[in-house]
Amino acid sequence: MKKLFSEFIKGVIGENPTFVLVLGLCPTLAVSVSVINGIGMGFAATFVLLGSNVIISMIKNFVPERIRIPCYIVVIATFVTITELFMKAYSPALNRALGIYVPLIVVNCIVLGRSEAYASKQTVRDSLFDGLGMGVGFTLALILISAIREFLGSGTIMGERLIKGFEPAFVMGMPSGALLVIGLLLAFFNLLKGRRA
Amino acid sequence: MSLAQFLTIFISAVFIYNVILSRFLGLCSFVAISKETKPALAMSLSVMFVTTMSSIITWLIYRFLLIPFGITYLRTISFILVIATFVQFVEMVIRKVSPSMYRFFGIYLPLITVNCAVLGVAVLNVDMFFVKDKAVAGSFFYSAFQGICVGLGYTLAMLLMSGIRERLELCNVPKCFKDFPLAFIIASIMSLSFLGFGGFPR
Repeated sequence: MKKLFSEFIKGVIGENPTFVLVLGLCPTLAVSVSVINGIGMGFAATFVLLGSNVIISMIKNFVPERIRIPCYIVVIATFVTITELFMKAYSPALNRALGIYVPLIVVNCIVLGRSEAYASKQTVRDSLFDGLGMGVGFTLALILISAIREFLGSGTIMGERLIKGFEPAFVMGMPSGALLVIGLLLAFFNLLKGRRA
Repeated sequence: MSLAQFLTIFISAVFIYNVILSRFLGLCSFVAISKETKPALAMSLSVMFVTTMSSIITWLIYRFLLIPFGITYLRTISFILVIATFVQFVEMVIRKVSPSMYRFFGIYLPLITVNCAVLGVAVLNVDMFFVKDKAVAGSFFYSAFQGICVGLGYTLAMLLMSGIRERLELCNVPKCFKDFPLAFIIASIMSLSFLGFGGFPR
């Protein structure tokens, strides 16, 4: 039990996919305009990570070494398609807001990275928890970035106005605001790591 | 099909909606390989080649395979599989035909499979040039041209970035800003200046 918990927690803190491994930044930056979008993207990616990690650790003994990457990609793409169809059916507004970044979860380096580095070597149970941890870590990172951007860019969080008379800086909602926030956050986490070491 | 349409595609793909600086596609390779100009150029040229070819191939697949059989929901799976196979194939051909070129491009090709820009262009082409699963007139040429232009936009951003970072190597920056954080902040400022191409919304 303790081991499973540590598998889970390492994805959230020690090996956080966004801030420590610096993987899968394209969707992170593109959808983090508002917290709702961030949460939606986080859940979609978590579902894909969980599903593909479990399936890949199940089939790892049958897949020949040389063609493993195409096989993994097909598994991942299947889960992405399931997510896409679900989202289109049950929450079309979110699907419109996330746009082409939903199909692009396929090429999110986190998902293929975990299949290659973890699920293809470990047991099904460990992979399940690894996928869950990575997904939660990704979702939390997305919420942090999108909360900062939504607050500075439109003065709200989850659509609620927090401070009266706060003049939002329009540029934070633009692409350059996203790059600035992730740059400063990475520097901040580097600083924390340097302090602790 | 008109010249104006081609011009619009060119301006919007290279400047206004630059793949890296405003669409955020291919960011991983952008920050990882932009430390020096020469590898950055090699990577950009391979990306340009792959985006162009994959735009053509995925258009053909979508038009002649997925639409007639009514299986457009398999778009993501079929596109990524074809792109991965194509990249692998190109790598094999280059290794066989020209070892010197393989040394220059070879190591970047496998990276391109998981470059979001390539799949991104393919999906974007389908979204833009197919209305209700019907190809717009001339959409084949528009798609191919958009593939080239996205590659050009990628090259432009890569060259600018690698030029700046080469000079930054000599500067004394705070330790926690080294590498990734600084690269993102530079990209942010570049993106701000590219914003000017689109004009400011009121």
